Amino acid sequence: MDFMILSLIKLGLVLFIFMTALAYIQWIERKVIAHVQLRVGPKRVGPHGLLQPLADVIKLITKEGMVPSHVHPVFYYLAPFVAVFFALIPISFIPFGQANVKIPFTDITTNMELTDLNIGLLLILGLSGMGVYGIALAGWASNNKYSLIGGLRSSAQMISYELPMALALVSPLLMLNTVSLRELVNGQEGFYFNVIPRWTIFLMPAPQIFSFIIFMIAGFAETNRVPFDLPEAENELVAGFHVEYASMKFAAFFMAEYANMVTVCSVATLLFLGGWHPIVVPGIGNWIPALVHIGGGAICLYHGLVQPARKWDNITLPVFGVAFIGAGLLFAIPIVQELLAPVFWFTAKLLILLFVFIWVRATLPRFRYDQLMRFAWLFMFPLALVNLLITGLLVAATTN
Amino acid sequence: MRSAIDYPVESRPAPEPQESPTGQRRMTLNMGPQHPSTHGVLRIVIELEGETITRAEPDIGYLHTGIEKQCETKTWQQVTTLTDRVDYLSNLANNLVYALTVEKLLELEIPERAKYLRVMMSEFSRINSHLVWLGTHVLDIGAMSMFFYCFREREELLRVLEFFSGQRMMTSYIRVGGVALDAPRGWEKMVRKFVDVFPSRVDEYENLLEKNPIWLNRTKGVGYISVEDMLELGVTGPMLRGAGIAMDARRTEPYSGYEKFDFRVCTHTDNDVYARYRVRLEEMRESLKIIKQCLEGMPGGAFQADAPKVVLPEREKMKTQMEALIYHFKIVTEGFRVPKGEVYQAIESPRGEIAYYIVSDGTSKPYRLHMRTPSFGNLQGLSPMIEGALIADTIAALGSMDFVLGDTDR
Repeated sequence: MDFMILSLIKLGLVLFIFMTALAYIQWIERKVIAHVQLRVGPKRVGPHGLLQPLADVIKLITKEGMVPSHVHPVFYYLAPFVAVFFALIPISFIPFGQANVKIPFTDITTNMELTDLNIGLLLILGLSGMGVYGIALAGWASNNKYSLIGGLRSSAQMISYELPMALALVSPLLMLNTVSLRELVNGQEGFYFNVIPRWTIFLMPAPQIFSFIIFMIAGFAETNRVPFDLPEAENELVAGFHVEYASMKFAAFFMAEYANMVTVCSVATLLFLGGWHPIVVPGIGNWIPALVHIGGGAICLYHGLVQPARKWDNITLPVFGVAFIGAGLLFAIPIVQELLAPVFWFTAKLLILLFVFIWVRATLPRFRYDQLMRFAWLFMFPLALVNLLITGLLVAATTN
Repeated sequence: MRSAIDYPVESRPAPEPQESPTGQRRMTLNMGPQHPSTHGVLRIVIELEGETITRAEPDIGYLHTGIEKQCETKTWQQVTTLTDRVDYLSNLANNLVYALTVEKLLELEIPERAKYLRVMMSEFSRINSHLVWLGTHVLDIGAMSMFFYCFREREELLRVLEFFSGQRMMTSYIRVGGVALDAPRGWEKMVRKFVDVFPSRVDEYENLLEKNPIWLNRTKGVGYISVEDMLELGVTGPMLRGAGIAMDARRTEPYSGYEKFDFRVCTHTDNDVYARYRVRLEEMRESLKIIKQCLEGMPGGAFQADAPKVVLPEREKMKTQMEALIYHFKIVTEGFRVPKGEVYQAIESPRGEIAYYIVSDGTSKPYRLHMRTPSFGNLQGLSPMIEGALIADTIAALGSMDFVLGDTDR
């Protein structure tokens, strides 16, 4: 019974944070791209546009759900659900903190995740492969030529990139000898010479830098992001597979894309970047979360009080600054530190990877369909294979 | 299923798809007139086999404005404002060719200062047009940020145009007999500021694109069309120069004093999307060189021809001199008269060779005005360029043509 209640509370908490985060990732993306492109981004709804995601959600929910007369009704409705379903499931078994954490002031201990699956990684691979059905179905059911081409491109692309992606994931498995996500992260604890963390990308005998890069590139393709956004290439296919979708059905695709991005970045963090382990040795490392927050707060205060760039900045920025410093001081309390520091590290790595996704979107042009396929089969696939071979040989040579 | 998508379509129906030799059924795709990458309202009927284009047929006429015909109902000086609207991205080139054509009929002598101002403004217009082209072309290929960088410079440029003429886009600055207004006080400072900053910005664009393998893959070897086809179809401008033919009206048949300026006719031999990109990028630098020469060698004197029957008198003279008042009244009420005759004048617009053919019957309105516009000629090259290529190449090839549909349909 206790387990049930605890699980429900955790589920509610994670779901709330995750859904809010999905909306705000979009806000971050719009802001970052705006600043790359010499604009300011959303800033009308709430201070610095912070309520923009909320406004978007309300707009999408209340919009009329127009259904074109020429679609296949069953699959047309099914497609967005399939896409969002397979995109959201992985979050239920991605660990984001240590196991057996004791919650303060109670004697309950729990894991920082929803479910501990011993085959977590395999399941994630399988589910990401299922995601293609949502897009392919949408493309076909829309009964629109642009959608059809988008759906076809997407199917071919996702199937092709699944292969190097899976091969890139096999190498860390070989080194750490498990497929449980939690065990994988536990295997990366510690430091070489008290400086270099023992993350998979640095782990001896075969640092997995190449498989990390391959995984990230394949991740871009899996999530249909620039430069692999061919299925929805707006300049060629208008909007690709979601041309005929509006309101919540469109929002479902949108959510699926961002949820997939979070999943890919989480897996990269867990497998290659040491999950929730800090980047510096614990002695100093414990204070970094507090320092980062206080530093951020100080920057906000400086810009708000000394250099307000725009109207209202002298009110909004100090508020954020005080909130950040408050959070920083919270991280200075030992109990909270013990509980939340791993979550902080996990989130920080996740956000950095997400920033890379956004950064690339603002910079790179788009591949052509045949170039994309050639890149997958003639470059990524052999590279992943060679990497796997070398890793296997090195692991075999050292474990005897 | 098929009956469901049969919307009532008023325009010409797309041709029925044919069986391919391999027995696969082909798909006909209607690209446009509403499509994000057709730069306006171009419709291309594409026949696809998988992603490969087997046949492509551009369909124009969706932006027909009737400007050519409308010109016949306007007096000679009223036509100037209509020419602005034909090719709205390089309006000064259109102003210039119209003014030159009419002046040829009138046999007017244009003062040096006006010539220099005209050259400077039309080069500004060329940079303006190329900036819009670069931004949208790269946006079509998928990189969005470039668009905003190009429009940052365009904003500064439009500010210069506004400083000179009071307008940002539809400037109508070049008039028959000279220019509308003399260069305003402090124009040197304004132009110098732009001239100083702009080269580093062009380098920035080059940095962003030149070393990007995706950009090179998307442009190199794409959109090839043989030189013979180009010449037969009437393709001109950067597209022809990208094929290695140094045809530039500024050099081959100089007008408005271009023979005095030192500049290079940029050519490239690859004859693909990349070559056209290189040509236009270098042309921006050459245009800047011409602007610099204008800035340094701007002669003094009058900015309008000494032709009281054609050019409006100065305000001061109009208020004090009887004769000037009469001329003013005559020009404003019924327009000036242009001697009987036919004349043809071609110049180099940012898109290629633009030429006006004017027939005058001696009245104050043109009898017939025909525009030979570069966009129309360039667009003819679309079908040979993209047949056998992929859908994504269509976008790259379309972008590399740099057409304006107002200019195509006029």
